[in-house]
Amino acid sequence: MHAALLLLADSRLPAGGHAHSGGAEEAVRAGTVTGPDDLARFLRGRLATAGLVAAALAAAACELGSAAVDTSERVDGDAGTGEGDPAMLPWRRLDAEADARTASPAQREAARTQGRLLVRTARRIWPSPALESLARAVPDGAHHPVALGATAAAAGCDPGQAALAAAYWSVTGPATAAVRLLGLDPVAVHRLLADLAPSLGATARAARTALHTWTADPGAPWTTNPDVPWTADPDDRRASSPDIGRATDPDLIGVEFMSDACWAALPATTAPALDLLAESHLRAETRLFVS
Amino acid sequence: MRTSSGDVRSSVRAHASIRTELLSGGGTRLETLRSDPPLTLRQTGPGVVHLVSTAAGPLGGDRLRLDIDVAPGTMLDIRSIASTLVLPGPFAEDSVMVVNARVGAGASLRFAPEPTVLAAGCSHRVAVRLSLARDATVFWREEIVFGRHGERPGRCRSRFDAVVDGMPLLRQELVVGDPASDGSPAMYGTARCVGSTLVAGRGATGTALGETTRETTREATEDATRRGHAEAVRTGKAVGRAVLRDGCAVLPLAGPGVLVSVLADDAVQLRERLEWGEALAAPGGVAPAFPSGQR
Repeated sequence: MHAALLLLADSRLPAGGHAHSGGAEEAVRAGTVTGPDDLARFLRGRLATAGLVAAALAAAACELGSAAVDTSERVDGDAGTGEGDPAMLPWRRLDAEADARTASPAQREAARTQGRLLVRTARRIWPSPALESLARAVPDGAHHPVALGATAAAAGCDPGQAALAAAYWSVTGPATAAVRLLGLDPVAVHRLLADLAPSLGATARAARTALHTWTADPGAPWTTNPDVPWTADPDDRRASSPDIGRATDPDLIGVEFMSDACWAALPATTAPALDLLAESHLRAETRLFVS
Repeated sequence: MRTSSGDVRSSVRAHASIRTELLSGGGTRLETLRSDPPLTLRQTGPGVVHLVSTAAGPLGGDRLRLDIDVAPGTMLDIRSIASTLVLPGPFAEDSVMVVNARVGAGASLRFAPEPTVLAAGCSHRVAVRLSLARDATVFWREEIVFGRHGERPGRCRSRFDAVVDGMPLLRQELVVGDPASDGSPAMYGTARCVGSTLVAGRGATGTALGETTRETTREATEDATRRGHAEAVRTGKAVGRAVLRDGCAVLPLAGPGVLVSVLADDAVQLRERLEWGEALAAPGGVAPAFPSGQR
């Protein structure tokens, strides 16, 4: 256990996470979450969908960020500065993968707002070339899981830890929000989170696994967890060859290192109700939470 | 597995394909129309193909694959005669349906089959891989019904990947019937059906949805997304806002496309809600937009 992971997952990290309920506020308003039982189902569904996707993106971002840190150490601290910085391309590409997994504009906006605040905070706490190149590559704010993975890399965490932090974030925010919105017993809600703990670990492992194993055979056996990702683009021959993209030339690390095909196949589990909740939340007249 | 006609059949492998060709006069010809039962294809009009299932199922163990190649400048409209009932097989094996579709420059594809019904006990996997040229047009509808009337559904994972000119447009995976998340208010709530329509490319926007999805080149899309986002940050207002009505959201994507996402209580309501959203997502209609004279 890396101590930095505790800081990263701590709700007291001043990065604005407390302002978001992850759809819980709107679910309470709509009457689909009324008490601890509904909340438990809400959190399990959220973890299985948005949580798994966030964990996988965070793991990918952490791996990319760690490569950026290594590269800059090898070339004596010069991580490249201009527009032409080759490290910026993969950040944009990973951020685009997050975009493609977030159909709801309201959710994209919430994810970018949280990502921007996190990077702004993290750059002061854990100064790192990973965060600098991400901030340059996506100046308006990367998706939160991408920002979280980059922050984890800056803090010295590994991709599995980044995934765990993302899975944790995906349920603790909504759980705390529900306590405030419904006046639930905080101890009872923490009991729900404790019950979810094994699933958090399983989600993080599935995300970590998805980053490095993908199958070109869509007929591969049914699994619910760990997720078996699909090869996304039938034309992409690289998808069937896991070795391609593993560049060892330091100049190429961060460009070809994370092959697009690898990211393409990351989990994309969707929660249609969360999309609807996020959009109707935007239209609500009084809101305690931003999302 | 005993089918409705009383036959016992073993699992099947089938690989059907459709390929269009541009005629010198600008029309579309079906260069390839290869059926492979139970995936049987019938041309029912100019550029219109119906999928006719000639056996029950798919059943557990079946592996079905459909390849669609819409050549540059051509148009294709794919429909089905009836809904697909996914059933368990004689052995504990998944049924698998893979659709690979490639839509060339200036080409247009409409894919709108009848719903897929997940019968009790089924275990189904679907993978749709859609690769679009940057000025291709697509209308892709997917409807899933959670079991026949009064029936708990089997399990299904349905993965959908759409890539435009090599850039990811939409990746999503619907998981149905997983005990861990069954009945979650975050996923489907009390809905019995889920559906979505992706409208991408020319015509995939609407005055209601703002300007962000109109530009279709990769650079322009990235620029528009960045500009749009910068504007959203500056003005505090979302650009390319979603439109919402009970159970239906019309969602402008970050790339050049709009997703209509629907939850519903039954298949009739599902179709109604989708059609309402589709009209907003593609106000002028998308494919089949056959020029006069081609029919």
